[in-house]
Amino acid sequence: MLNNKEIAIEVKDIHKEFILPQSKNSTFKQTVVNIVKRNKKVTQKVLDGVSFNVEEGDFFGIVGRNGSGKSTLLKLIAGVYAPTAGNINVNGGLTPFIELGVGFNPELSGRDNVYLNGALLGFNRKQMSRMYEEIVAFAEIEPFMDQKLKNYSSGMQVRLAFSIAIKAKNDILLFDEVLAVGDSNFQEKCIRQFKKFKKEKRTIVLVTHSMDTVEKFCNKVILLSNGKVEYEGDSAGAIDKYNTLNMETINQSLTKKSGEVVEISKVDILNSNGEIDRTLKPHEDFSIKINIKAKESIKDAFLAVRICESENQFPIIGFDNEQDKKDIDLSKGENNIEISIKTNPLIGGKYYVVLGLYDSSKRIINYYHYNGMLKNNLFMINKSIKGPGLVDTKRGWG
Amino acid sequence: MKYLHSRNRAILSEMVRTDFKVRYQNSVLGYAWSLLKPLFLFAILYVVFTYIIPLGKGVAHYPVYLLMGIVLWNFFVESTIIGANSVVARGNLIRKISIPRYLVVITSSLSALINLLLSLVVVFIFALFNGITPSLSWLIIIPIIIELFAFSLGVSFLLSAMFVKFRDVTYIWEIFLQAGFYATPIIYPLTNVPAQYHKWFFMNPMAQMIQDARYVIVTDTSITIWSIIHSVAAYIPFIIVLAFALVGSLYFKAHSKYFAEDI
Repeated sequence: MLNNKEIAIEVKDIHKEFILPQSKNSTFKQTVVNIVKRNKKVTQKVLDGVSFNVEEGDFFGIVGRNGSGKSTLLKLIAGVYAPTAGNINVNGGLTPFIELGVGFNPELSGRDNVYLNGALLGFNRKQMSRMYEEIVAFAEIEPFMDQKLKNYSSGMQVRLAFSIAIKAKNDILLFDEVLAVGDSNFQEKCIRQFKKFKKEKRTIVLVTHSMDTVEKFCNKVILLSNGKVEYEGDSAGAIDKYNTLNMETINQSLTKKSGEVVEISKVDILNSNGEIDRTLKPHEDFSIKINIKAKESIKDAFLAVRICESENQFPIIGFDNEQDKKDIDLSKGENNIEISIKTNPLIGGKYYVVLGLYDSSKRIINYYHYNGMLKNNLFMINKSIKGPGLVDTKRGWG
Repeated sequence: MKYLHSRNRAILSEMVRTDFKVRYQNSVLGYAWSLLKPLFLFAILYVVFTYIIPLGKGVAHYPVYLLMGIVLWNFFVESTIIGANSVVARGNLIRKISIPRYLVVITSSLSALINLLLSLVVVFIFALFNGITPSLSWLIIIPIIIELFAFSLGVSFLLSAMFVKFRDVTYIWEIFLQAGFYATPIIYPLTNVPAQYHKWFFMNPMAQMIQDARYVIVTDTSITIWSIIHSVAAYIPFIIVLAFALVGSLYFKAHSKYFAEDI
């Protein structure tokens, strides 16, 4: 070891398999039937040989797509699950944050719940009494502490739970995407608290989908994919890898809507060299290549193109073929339309291409858009340009 | 002791406290019910079994004798039924946090134990009113309660771990308890049973404990295992208790690792 930092969490070759519920025996009858039938157990491998070390003071991120095993890994570290094989060593007290307000009892007062929750996190009454004032102040619910928890709004409950966990002074904190709680004011506070943790060099393990959070806080990240560590290193590398991985799956999972007259079957982003590339450089010329399959020819089609940052946002770039005085006649079979965009004005970030295809009487016949699950029209501008504006132009100073 | 270090003690005390606070929520009399319940139970039993079905004719201080049996049996029923459910009932906790799993079972047994102690206070008060003179030998009740606690804890460990996988467990156990209520000399004195069967009744640890407690507190005319069996066979109920405690905790330990995913 080059540095002499203490290891806070040591994860050694962890395997985890679950027995799938359909084969689980939950009554004696089923058990007897299964003994007779000798059913083979159906297992699901969730983690397959994961190893890494978290050092003291690390802000450690665990990222990965849905179902990659992140949450299972966190539960293994927290000691909720037992590994099928492998070892996990944790040095020091650990506050798991898998769900907020574990063990909260609605019939107890806020005050009693603080002590109860505190005990579950590993603190006795005396220790909790010392932290009590601070917890209540952070949650901003002083006047309600003697009321029963069931009379709290859900926001107040979440704030109280979050405050207990954040103020409970444990060495290691585990978070499972709990940043998205409370109103914006409270979130702001949590971000500040995170920054404070970072300064205090507390050890934090964070499972998240948000690359923004990873970029802002994490000094070390692992990327899980199909139960294996796909990447281990700094946050910039992890974000790149995560996006590439996302793109790959996206390209594989392009949905084919059959039975329609016209289908936008593929949208590709080409870089200035004409290669398919979803990560572009700022100010680079690029083009959008659209592949349309038509079952019959359509004259005078109308194609609207929008480039947005997210689904419901006002487009940053928007145009259509009419405004560019370009006729689109789709013939039966495959059609390719390429739109070139000179000097990409977009700043670093993620963008979506949203397309709408209409017939000559402006009835929509197909669309291609951002819809949460299928981000198959996503592309990135790498982050070398970040500015206060929405777009960035090429310029010269005289 | 490793198993009761400060962290676990804090969890236990908070969970028992919660159980106790929540139990009498929204009731006007609150904690007083812990005492009122055995009191009214006693009143009912007194009327039924001295005036309507005088089963206990000839037994000295029969009402207290009866109450003692009922109170101990009720503890066993309460702690094992709540205990059997405890792991599944706290599933939310177990799936989210890594507290030692056995604490959940111990909590439910401790809550029942507090109730038992309060009920015993009522029993003692009635014993005094009934003209029973207290003596130092009353203290022998303490090892009997320890035995009872160990027995119900062992059963609770076994049942609660089984209940995670087989939800039939509690139904079967309730039927078993129903049968046990009549197989144990609780409402009837053993003197109503032909003497040659007595030794078989005492193979049931509950019978041994209840009769011992009656002998110590209520009347020394109570038949105990010591007056019936004079061989090593007299230790069979204790061996049964030990076996349950051992098998229960080992079974629980082996399965508790996977509670979080099995619930």
